[in-house]
Formats: sequence, structure tokens, C-alpha cells
Amino acid sequence: MIVVNSYEPWSAARAAEIIAAHTGGEGPALPILHAIQAAFGYVPEAVEPMIAEALNLSRAEVHGVVTFYHDFRRKPAGRHVLKLCRAEACQSMGANTLVARAEAALGIALGGTTADGLVTLEPTYCLGLCATAPSAMLDGRVVGRLNESRLDRLVAEAQR
Amino acid sequence: MSARIFIPGDAAALAVGADDVAATFSAAAQAKGVSLDIVRNGSRGLYWLEPMVEVETAQGRIAYGPVEAEDVSALLDAMLAGEPHPLLLGPTEDIPWLKRQTRLTFARCGIVDPRSLDDYRAHGGYKGLERALALGAEATVEEVVQSGLRGRGGAGFPTGIKWRTVAGTSADQKYIVCNADEGDSGTFADRMIIEGDPFVLIEGMTISGIAVGATRGYLYIRSEYPHAVAMMEAAIRTAREAGYLGHAVAGSAFDFDMEVRVGAGAYVCGEETALLESLEGRRGVVRAKPPLPAHKGLFGKPTVINNVISLATVPIILAEGADAYRDFGMGRSRGTMPIQIAGNVKHGGLFEIAFGVTLGELVDEIGGGTASGKPVRAVQVGGPLGAYFPRALFDTPFDYEAFAGKDGLIGHGGIVVFDDTVDMAKQARFAMEFCAIESCGKCTPCRIGSTRGVETVDKIIRGDEREKNLVVLEDLCHTMKFGSLCALGGFTPYPVMSALTHFPEDFGAQAPVLAAVR
Ligand SMILES: Cc1cc2nc3c(=O)[nH]c(=O)nc-3n(C[C@H](O)[C@H](O)[C@H](O)COP(=O)(O)O)c2cc1C
Ligand code: SF4
Ligand code: FES
Repeated sequence: MIVVNSYEPWSAARAAEIIAAHTGGEGPALPILHAIQAAFGYVPEAVEPMIAEALNLSRAEVHGVVTFYHDFRRKPAGRHVLKLCRAEACQSMGANTLVARAEAALGIALGGTTADGLVTLEPTYCLGLCATAPSAMLDGRVVGRLNESRLDRLVAEAQR
Repeated sequence: MSARIFIPGDAAALAVGADDVAATFSAAAQAKGVSLDIVRNGSRGLYWLEPMVEVETAQGRIAYGPVEAEDVSALLDAMLAGEPHPLLLGPTEDIPWLKRQTRLTFARCGIVDPRSLDDYRAHGGYKGLERALALGAEATVEEVVQSGLRGRGGAGFPTGIKWRTVAGTSADQKYIVCNADEGDSGTFADRMIIEGDPFVLIEGMTISGIAVGATRGYLYIRSEYPHAVAMMEAAIRTAREAGYLGHAVAGSAFDFDMEVRVGAGAYVCGEETALLESLEGRRGVVRAKPPLPAHKGLFGKPTVINNVISLATVPIILAEGADAYRDFGMGRSRGTMPIQIAGNVKHGGLFEIAFGVTLGELVDEIGGGTASGKPVRAVQVGGPLGAYFPRALFDTPFDYEAFAGKDGLIGHGGIVVFDDTVDMAKQARFAMEFCAIESCGKCTPCRIGSTRGVETVDKIIRGDEREKNLVVLEDLCHTMKFGSLCALGGFTPYPVMSALTHFPEDFGAQAPVLAAVR
């Protein structure tokens, strides 16, 4: 089962709609940013002044929030996002070797996106799957008991 | 022919193929003309056996595992015929690993259908709320105080005392905030209970709201847990439709409602005040205390902030009584702890037991040693801010004070096992690196010290002025420990110094270099 991340092209009108849909509740900044990223695959800079205006904040404040959280991307993500856990329980089961293997196979470092725009490789620090380590997540699908061959298959899947 | 089987929908079971197994069961049943009722339960927590499939029989539930898709056809035949199969584990309740536990908080997890409110009620759900309503707010708070329950998020602060403080404030609005940020490596108890028994958390938060006079609740779940988010949102809708959330909860005079908020990948947002900042829509920067969240918390209002397990334990305390809970445990650590055994371990999973069990029993007997079959060299207890313990300290009982006495902490109850291939200098380096990545940036010792820590460990590993740099590292740890506002900067020295103290040979040090930083 391949899930393809299909993001919408940037549209200020669409962003305004998303912002308006979330301004009702208490503390709406994170829900808005999550919804923006879900729609566009990242948080475009152009959205920051829009959120600032809607929430009566300065643009610098919104920028500060976006850059504080590891989840929010400043650049478009690849078609697939592969997250590899590099926290302690996964380390104890060989995660560091697997990270290096994935980096070599994709020709990018953690945090990078392949030149063809297919795969973004990201580190994660624990997926709560620590008793079935090492762990990964491909586009929201969790994978445990990783070994070299399972990782290779996962990387191949991400390159499709 | 018909049968009812259970295949966990828990994220870790999914990660090892549970969805595939479920789909294969459906197809096989159809091909064989069997009507199969497949329940997607939570996990029982025996993760090395996942996907663990159970079938309901006249003699109770029978377990098989770990099941792979290719086993399914033959397995279904054996199940229906009641014949043996190589994956047969026997009656689930008789599996020694499960039998040896005292399941209070996790009493229903893995047993019920987590989506079914009827199932929840049929298994004792909402008895705690019923008793709380009968007791009244004040007596409910006292019941939690009497139980001896301490916060399971890490700091171990008495839950009832926190509630008493919030109950004693007067404000137009108070909040219940549940901390499901669960960032510690080696921990998954929060995730497991949310995915396996979500209504218990709703009940716990509702009781808390009624006890302290709060009408709104927020559940802050980390973004790494999409399955938990979905399960909780569904459970909240179900509870609301059934009148267990919203106006006049369960027909009482109290209102209480709650919603899920999703974190954004910042470990420090597990710290309670950073979490509140994040909920308010700001950077997750730690607040100075006082004021305590109990006085000025979310949006400046009195707020109870508790860990998932603390709140999910409240219903059974109310239902069974404070004394029944308090009877378990040792010293000032009362009740049970859902201990999570993870990493390079043979039998990893969630083991709920009264405080007092020793680390050695947990690692060697219950955990069964390493998955690799090599000797256990070190275990890290309590997440990335917890100390590394050598075998020499395996007689330490699982108890807040006993671990503190060994310069460690039990934290959220995670144990990560490492075999003898571990390089403890690299683990110390990672502790500093993690602190540098996750620091909220408010204090210099944490923000700058951690980066210097990485550089210093690198020099030690390279053999660059080793003796001098070992002293620099010790000084750095001292500065971080005493100059940091929160435990991220303040406790990172635990894994670093414990690695150095107990495993000096990995740092190229001649003799045990120093006693732990005090
Ligand atoms: C850096 C840091 C991370 C923390 N992460 C968590 C967490 O993920 N979950 C949690 O419940 N508590 C976490 N805590 C502890 C909380 O600050 C707080 O003590 C806890 O939520 C209170 O609830 P309790 O009394 O029920 O344990 C963390 C603390 C620090 C300093
Ligand atoms: S110790 Fe680190 S994480 Fe904690 S408040 Fe200071 S800078 Fe922030
Ligand atoms: S440490 Fe990797 S899943 Fe927990």
C-alpha cells in the first residue's frame, strides 16, 4: 500500500480559508500551522503575516513559533517522508547503522530531500515503539523491527 | 461456523504487521465460509509476541503469537478445530508474563474493544465517576490524596495535593490539562492506554474536573502518535454523544468537556509550563515558577496538569477506594507502576507491578536479558534524562527514593537495555546532543553548555587532552545541573555522569574518574 503525499499548490485564498476555520478556539496557532502544513506540505513564509494578522500577533512572533517546532517545515517536503528514530531504545538495536545506510542509499543526510523531490529523510526521537525497535515512519505508517533488508525495502518504496 | 478473534490495533502491533494479519484473517475466513468477528483491541503489552492474536472460546481467550500473514490460514483452521498450533501460547490470562503483573491502571487494556463505550462500561468503566459524584468534590480530592498516587510523568509530585491547590482557588475558569507528550525514549505507556482504553482517560479527566471545579480539559498529544490522536478524538465524540462529556455529565450537576491538541515535535513541550505555552500558541519556552500552574496555568487560570497515567489511574482509585490502591508499593511509592521494558531486550513490553521490584528482576527475569543474546552491559532508566545503571546496581528497587539515592530517576518508568556492544562515551555524547537539539533556549548552561558538552566528549573520544577534558566535562555537568531552569538542562548530567562514573573505560579514563556530581 503506497500512500502518496499529494499537497495542494500554494494559494493565499486557500490559506486564508484554513486560518478562518481555526480561529474560533482557544490558542489556535498550532492547530492552524498543522492544518497549513497538512495542506501544502510545509509552512510557506507567505502565510506568516496572514496568521499574524488573524491572531493579532506580530509577524516576528509567528515566525518564532514556526521555527521553534521541529515539525514545521520551511521548505516543501518530498513526495514521501521517511522518518527514522534515532533515540536510545532504537540505538540499542542498531538504529545508527540503519540511519547511515538510509543516508547512503538516498544520497542525502537526515533533514534533506532527494534532488528528484521524491523522498524527505527526517530524524525522529522516539515513536513509542521502543519494544519493537528499531522504528520508522513512512508517510504516517509505522514500521518496527527494522533490519537492513526491511529498511532497504522501505527506502525503495519511498523512491517510488 | 463463527468465531470472535482479537487482533491489536495498537501502533506497535501495526508496526509489526497487525493490519496485514487482520486483512489476511478476513480473506481466509471468507474463503473458508467462516463468519469472523474481528475486534481490534489494544495491546496486552507483550510486544515480543505481537502481533498476538486471541480467539474467544468457552474456556476463555486463547492466544497465539507472534503471527505473520503467512501463518493465518493454518492458524484459523487450528483455532476453529481447537487443535494445537506451533504459535499457541495458551490461555492468555495464564501466560506467566501477564499473570505475574498487577494490572490496575491497565486492567482493561488489550481486553476491551477500545472504540466501545458499552465494553468499557461492562468492564467496570465509569464506576469511579459514579463514586466521585456520590462522594462530592472535596472528598474525591481527599481520596486521591489518601491513595498516595504520585505523578507518573516524571517528577513524582503527589497528585492529590496538586488537585487540592487548584480546588482551593477561585476563578471564573479552571482547566484540566493532560500531558500526553511522552517524549522519553523507552516509554509508551501513555500511547498504549490511549490506544487500548481511551475512555479511562476521559473518565479520569472528568473526575479531576469535577473534583477541582474545572469545566474544560485539553489533552496534549505528541504528533509522533497519530494513532493515539485518532483513537482519542473518536472516544471523545462517543463519550459526548452518550452524555459523558458536555453539559450535565452523566446526568450530574457538573459540566465538563475536553479536546485533543497535537504537539509539534518539541521534546521540551513535555515540561508542564512549556506545554502550557505551546497550548496557548507560543514557542514552547519554559516558564519560571512561581507562579505554579495550579495558581496561574493555562491562559493564566488555575490548572491541573497531570500525566496520562496519573489521570488514567484515578478511576480505579475511586472505584476501589484509596486504601486498596495504597496497599500496593513500598515506602512513599504507593500503588503500581506500568514499567516499560524496551531496547535490546528479549521480552520487551509493558509490565505493571507494585513498586519495589528490583531493576535486576525487571531486566533479567522479566525482560529475559538481551534480544541479541549478548550480556547486558547497561540500562538507562527514566528516559533521555535518566541515568545509566550498570549490573552492579541491579539490586535497586523500583521506587522514586531508591533511584534518587543512586543518582538516578524512574521518570515515566522506561527501561532501555543495552548489550555489551554499547559504547558509553557515545551514549554520553548523545545525551548532550539531544539536550542541544531540544533545549528551549532560555538558560545559557543548557543552551550553550550542551553544545560544549558534545564538543568536549568528542575530544575525550579522540584522546585530545583527555584528562583535562574529563574535568571540563565534569564542570560543565555541574554548571548545567545547578544553572538550569528545568530538568532538560538540569538532568542531562545524569546520563552523562553515570556513563562516566560506571563505565570510565569507555572514555579512556584510567581509574573511576569521579563520584557523581552532587
Ligand atoms: C524536559 C521535560 C520533559 C517532560 N516531558 C514530560 C512528558 O512527556 N510527559 C509528562 O507527563 N511529563 C513530562 N515532564 C514532567 C512535567 O513537567 C510534569 O511534571 C508532569 O506533566 C506533571 O504531571 P504528573 O504530576 O501527573 O506527573 C517533563 C519534564 C521536563 C523537564
Ligand atoms: S534548562 Fe534548557 S530546556 Fe529547561 S528552561 Fe533552561 S534552556 Fe529551557
Ligand atoms: S526510541 Fe525509537 S521508538 Fe522509542
